[in-house]
Amino acid sequence: MNAPVKKKLKVATTSLAGCFGCHMSFLDIDERLFTLLEHIEFDRSPLTDIKHCSPDCDIGIIEGGLCNAENVHVLREFRANCKILIALGACAINGGLPAQRNHLPLTTILEEVYHTSPGLANGLIPNDIELPLPLNQVHPIHEVVKIDYFIPGCPPSGDAIWKVLTDLLAGREPELGHGLMHYD
Amino acid sequence: MSTNFMLDGQSIPFEDGQTIIQAATQAGVYIPHLCYHPEFKPHGSCKLCTVKVNGRQTASCTMRASAGMVVENNTEELNAERRALTQMLFVEGNHFCPSCEKSGNCQLQATAYHLGMMSPHYDHFFPNRPVDASHPDVLLDFNRCILCSLCVRASRDVDKKNVFALSGRGIKTHLIVNAASGHLADTNFTIDDKAAKVCPVGVILHKRNGFAVPIGERTYDKAPIGAQVEAVTEGV
Amino acid sequence: MALNEMRAETTAAVVERVVARYRRDPVNMLQILREIQEACDWLSPDVIDLLQAALGVPRTKIEGVAGFYSFLYTQPRGQYRILFSDNITDRMLGNQALIKRLCENLWLEPGKTSEDGLVSIDLTSCTGMCDQGPALLINNRAIPRLTATIIDEIAELVRNWTPLSEWPAAYFAVENNIRQADILLGACMKPGEGLRAARERTPSDGFKSSNMRSWREGLPSGISGPSAMLDEIKRANLRGRGGAGFSTALKWEACRNAQLQPGHERFVVCNADEGEPGTFKDRVLLTTCPDLVIEGMTVAAYTIGAKRGFIYLRGEYRYLLEPLNAVLERRRNEHLLGKDILGIAGGDFDIEIHLGAGAYICGEESALIESLEGKRGTPRNRPPFPVTNGYLDQPTIVNNVETYAAAALIALNGGDWYADIGTRHSAGTKILSVSGDCERPGLYEYPFGVSIRQVLADCGASDTQAVQVSGPSGVCLGVDEFDRRIGFEDIPTAGAFMIFNQSRDMFEVARNFVHFFQHESCGFCTPCRVGTSLLKNLMDKLHNGHGSPYDFAEIENLSQLLQSMSHCGLGHTACNPVLDTIEKFRPAYDKRMEHDQFAPAFDLDRALSEARQMTGRDDAGAHLHAPRTVLGEEA
Repeated sequence: MNAPVKKKLKVATTSLAGCFGCHMSFLDIDERLFTLLEHIEFDRSPLTDIKHCSPDCDIGIIEGGLCNAENVHVLREFRANCKILIALGACAINGGLPAQRNHLPLTTILEEVYHTSPGLANGLIPNDIELPLPLNQVHPIHEVVKIDYFIPGCPPSGDAIWKVLTDLLAGREPELGHGLMHYD
Repeated sequence: MSTNFMLDGQSIPFEDGQTIIQAATQAGVYIPHLCYHPEFKPHGSCKLCTVKVNGRQTASCTMRASAGMVVENNTEELNAERRALTQMLFVEGNHFCPSCEKSGNCQLQATAYHLGMMSPHYDHFFPNRPVDASHPDVLLDFNRCILCSLCVRASRDVDKKNVFALSGRGIKTHLIVNAASGHLADTNFTIDDKAAKVCPVGVILHKRNGFAVPIGERTYDKAPIGAQVEAVTEGV
Repeated sequence: MALNEMRAETTAAVVERVVARYRRDPVNMLQILREIQEACDWLSPDVIDLLQAALGVPRTKIEGVAGFYSFLYTQPRGQYRILFSDNITDRMLGNQALIKRLCENLWLEPGKTSEDGLVSIDLTSCTGMCDQGPALLINNRAIPRLTATIIDEIAELVRNWTPLSEWPAAYFAVENNIRQADILLGACMKPGEGLRAARERTPSDGFKSSNMRSWREGLPSGISGPSAMLDEIKRANLRGRGGAGFSTALKWEACRNAQLQPGHERFVVCNADEGEPGTFKDRVLLTTCPDLVIEGMTVAAYTIGAKRGFIYLRGEYRYLLEPLNAVLERRRNEHLLGKDILGIAGGDFDIEIHLGAGAYICGEESALIESLEGKRGTPRNRPPFPVTNGYLDQPTIVNNVETYAAAALIALNGGDWYADIGTRHSAGTKILSVSGDCERPGLYEYPFGVSIRQVLADCGASDTQAVQVSGPSGVCLGVDEFDRRIGFEDIPTAGAFMIFNQSRDMFEVARNFVHFFQHESCGFCTPCRVGTSLLKNLMDKLHNGHGSPYDFAEIENLSQLLQSMSHCGLGHTACNPVLDTIEKFRPAYDKRMEHDQFAPAFDLDRALSEARQMTGRDDAGAHLHAPRTVLGEEA
């Protein structure tokens, strides 16, 4: 990190079927963000509110798994525009909490939520074309596009995110030792 | 003839009849394992403890040590294959660590950490495995079962109850309990059974006892799984 | 026989009858469960309750065993239980259209039981009728040579609740199709001849002479036949016919020399669990010359000093049980089996037949022994080996049907005679089970050393693209390898010889084999249990048009892992058909590389199907098509 970098790396981030907890954790790298910003600039990200990826992003960081059609579109945009994709956190890596619906048929879930549950008498299943349709099952992102690196954790700690990013910036294979590596 | 064998270049003494993993553990060398437990007859099914003996791969929990053996354990090749096995176990079941009571004390998780498993790599099977909450003191969450059969052996050999067994075949192999209803409550299982204490993952859980130890203070938060084997012999 | 005629007998009476017949010994668990099911159609919770009480074993033990074997049912599967053989040869003969036809005829989905509890239709692994497929099993009885007409007739018989005993006998006729016989298939040895010859042998001198040991421990010395017999087997260079080719003499000698614990004895086991897809020679040997096989077992018992033997007969050959039991009974009457065989005091040896119940893994000798002991057929940790710690932890030899048949001939004609047949490293003959694309499928017995090309010519194969020798776990040979020869020094084989002409898609052949291994993995070890499923998913992914070079790399990594980490031969060889066909028939795979980049294994658009159904939407946004190539356009 000492050698000056000529051109800042473009980093895009997004949260798919996630809770933004991983993004919060990203902010937990605290004052090191300033150091990081000497080396990177944010492209599409909730932090910038840029809506679409530039075609020349270097790193895409994805939080959350795939639970609906829109998640798939966003993930594909990231894959198409980022040289390196990083799966950030448990949901991106194995579907996480949302994937715990996977043993139930989606039809059963929609029935239960919109038809059977009390409080929604005669409820209709939303069918506005603006709404993305849910997938039959929630999928980890590596099952749909090629993912280059993974940072496990729910959420991964700021230190773990910092470690992987600095390893990558330094051209090292990212590695998390004891304490940084956790799945919860 | 000396009664030693070589393990990654280190001379390991052994007693007649000891397996490689027994001798290694005694000497403070950790060999990753899941279905092996020093108190029970080895099963040899998880294959995590596979080592190379004179160039041939074999499970170290079932292979007897013999003088002059040359054994490889902590090599990148073996660890990569062990990592793949843990990935297989993760995708075969439903392992959602953040919501698992065993997290931080789970051998599967700790072994995966030890082996540097950053992702499950394979496509998930997401099997449908209903939990059994029938027993007053114990919850069975089959989603996390890795078929190590430690509860089977503990119940059969120590408790003399045969509460658990494996049924099915192949990818449909699954744990069953000794009751016509299929419910643990209808067996003579109690929380004091040895079988209630041996699950390396989060299948056999004591009710009203979850998440008792805060994150940071759980078994494998404090030290990685390998270090714990090594620590046992440090004072010897 | 389940239908109608047994209905008068209560479940309790059936259980009592069967349990009593098996001496209330849980070591016979598999046989007990199998026989009860024959009478009761399935193993109901009542049956398991009764068994638990009658045998004094926990129900976990019973359910563990019942759950392992494909042919044992703990859910009702109908009074007619139909299983279509699904080997690649059945597929090539059109079984899929027939399955569809029968399902439509009976208003049934494969894998389901009809609502009236009458019938179920499902698939099973190769039933050993590849020379006369497509074939099915109905309540464990084989019907080969299926046609659309027979299928329609079967549907009618089922609908009319016609008992199986009243079905046309011609349906159940299994042909032998012996096309070329040599010393085994053409043997005309009279029962007892080999045994008499063995008894009359005197030990030779010199280094090949084995240590003296008579039929069983404690017999007066002076009977020199057993060691002399072992010498003949040594001289014959007989090697196991199950495929691995282990020296029969070494195996017998190790068992013979194994120390006996007090109360222990030695056992002779015949492996007739002919499960390797494409193999059916043991069926024919046990049909046409059972005496030769049983005589070989008796010679082995004489040689190693055994009093008890087992034939482990695959469940698919259930129809051979009565004829084989009749042969055993006849031989007892002829003093060739039972007590004081040939009048030798203490020369006791008898054989029981145990039936398998649909588990390929039980062809592995230690899994077979577990199954004989009434357990789940899981391969044991080895060492120790069965020759010292086999059936009930006692010294046991397990040999293939064909090995015993050869041993009987060696007993009669001597080891030198046998060693002169075949090649230097592969003495004797080998029976090949020829099936697939040829004019004359059936059995061909050759001296070892015959070329693939010769076999193809003899069976009338033309335009051949490939031959799968020794089944899915064997080797797939392409045209440029047809001059290779059958023998341990070149192409070892258990006997399967499946022929594929140029019209066949070798990728689909490999995919069928991968499905077979996935279905038959015992589930004991992690790499095989999960790895065969992952491999199957990858092959299905390619089949479904989602393949990319990424998946190739995955297949190779999985193969490596299965080979190095698996517990037994099933896992070690499960990738062979894929690796062989990738190497030799690459275009069949290249055709499946429909994507340059990684693609998901599932169809994303279809993954929205339930949501579309529930919302009634069908607009563009309700679909997910393949990503467009223009960057950014997705959004």
